[in-house]
Amino acid sequence: MQALTNRVKQVDRKPMSFVERMYLPAIFKGMFITFSHIFKKKPTINYPEKKRPFSPVFRGLHILNRDAEGRENCTACGLCAVACPAEAITMEAAERKPGEENLYREEKYAAKYEINMLRCIFCGLCEEACPKDAIYLSETFAPSDYQRKQFIYSKEELLIPHPLKEPEAYQKALGNRAKIKN
Amino acid sequence: MLLAIDWAFVIEKLVLILVVVMASLGIAMYTTFAERKVAAILQDRRGPNRAGPFGLLQPLADGLKLFFKEEIIPNFSSKFLFILGPSMAMLTAIMTSAVVPWGDTVHFFDRDISLQIANVDVGILYVFGVVSLGVYGIMIGSWASNNKFSLMGGLRAASQIISYELAMGISLIALIMVTGNLDLKEIVLQQQKGHWNFLYQPLGFLIFLICAFAECNRTPFDLPEAENELIGGYHTEYSSMKLGFYLFSEYINMFISSVIMSTLFFGGYDMPFVNEANYSPNVAAVIGIAALMAKVIGFIFLFMWVRWTIPRFRYDQLMNLGWKILIPLALINMLATGGVLLFLNK
Repeated sequence: MQALTNRVKQVDRKPMSFVERMYLPAIFKGMFITFSHIFKKKPTINYPEKKRPFSPVFRGLHILNRDAEGRENCTACGLCAVACPAEAITMEAAERKPGEENLYREEKYAAKYEINMLRCIFCGLCEEACPKDAIYLSETFAPSDYQRKQFIYSKEELLIPHPLKEPEAYQKALGNRAKIKN
Repeated sequence: MLLAIDWAFVIEKLVLILVVVMASLGIAMYTTFAERKVAAILQDRRGPNRAGPFGLLQPLADGLKLFFKEEIIPNFSSKFLFILGPSMAMLTAIMTSAVVPWGDTVHFFDRDISLQIANVDVGILYVFGVVSLGVYGIMIGSWASNNKFSLMGGLRAASQIISYELAMGISLIALIMVTGNLDLKEIVLQQQKGHWNFLYQPLGFLIFLICAFAECNRTPFDLPEAENELIGGYHTEYSSMKLGFYLFSEYINMFISSVIMSTLFFGGYDMPFVNEANYSPNVAAVIGIAALMAKVIGFIFLFMWVRWTIPRFRYDQLMNLGWKILIPLALINMLATGGVLLFLNK
């Protein structure tokens, strides 16, 4: 019969020879194999102490971006919500008042911005849809929780730290992904 | 009347009993840990490493868990026997250690203290008697739990141990022919002077080793508890510390049979290439105990190594091996030993 792969092994149905019927040589061979595994490298990673590096294109939790002066990029245009195949994003727009120029980059901003992380499929389409470079996916994933409502992330949780007030936290949150893009 | 009793002797023996029992329990505890660790390392895993440094507190955590588990006694079981089963398994497992010479004599408080609890001149027979009682714990427990899987496990344990005890006994007869006595201490002293019995009885040792695996219900002969056929075998209905006793007695049995094998075939507390007479008795005793423990650890590792290498026998294969291979082999070994001894004496 034609074999589908080159891994086929024919079963030998000859009666066992005397040496084979003694079993001991085969047992010693098997024990040698298991013993050799003592010296092999273990593939396990000790998780909380040591973490596996993610790929540079890993798509994790969302981050709402600010510009270099610390103003929010988002204008609440809603393109991300439209692009979202899982309908995980909701937002409410508001108009920028005089005196708020240092908070929001343009005249319109998102007063409320929520992503339901239980609905989100981390496809990254919101990031591609955004014309203002306001949302991107970071390299961390959502931590576990006991309640469903904890997974609806509000704007406060999504916003990146202020680049001038907390420069270190900002750099950390920025991650490699944003740097590669810019 | 009370003065007639040698109180120092009584205290000395009591302390010795306490130390030996505690040591066997402690070693059995850490054998469970070693089992998991060895299994993990042989399978390229890491094994328990969360409780304490290197996971060394894991056996304590396991024991604590077993203590706090709910204790279930099935309604239709016979309660007295249900409790008697694990108690007997534990009792017989510990009792065997009484005749083992753990070392030579030590010298404390102007007394020569022998590191052997009871110097019975038929030590081997005592060990055999107690070990064959061990199966009663399993049988009683399995019958009392009124569960067909338990009963199957108990039946298997009984028939397996009876079949393998025969071959074990016959292989020992050949050894006794070589040594000429049944006293474990005497056997060790002989090996200390001459060669280890393993050199005279390699086939006998192999048969004894295989039978010891079967007697301890260890893989490849763990049919009494075969998880994937009998759920848990004889301890299916057991929970909490009663289950713990069964599991624990298995590890104590493993420890004791390692000790017996080292004593009978590998010189017991004899350290090779070291003349104990050159040292003071206390130092020599420490060297002896260390040597015995090193041998025991080697055997325990062998037990585990085999467990994670060889799959379980089928029941008919087990019986075939016992009755059609090991017993004839042991008989031939006995006859050959007898013939050679007769030839040499002439």
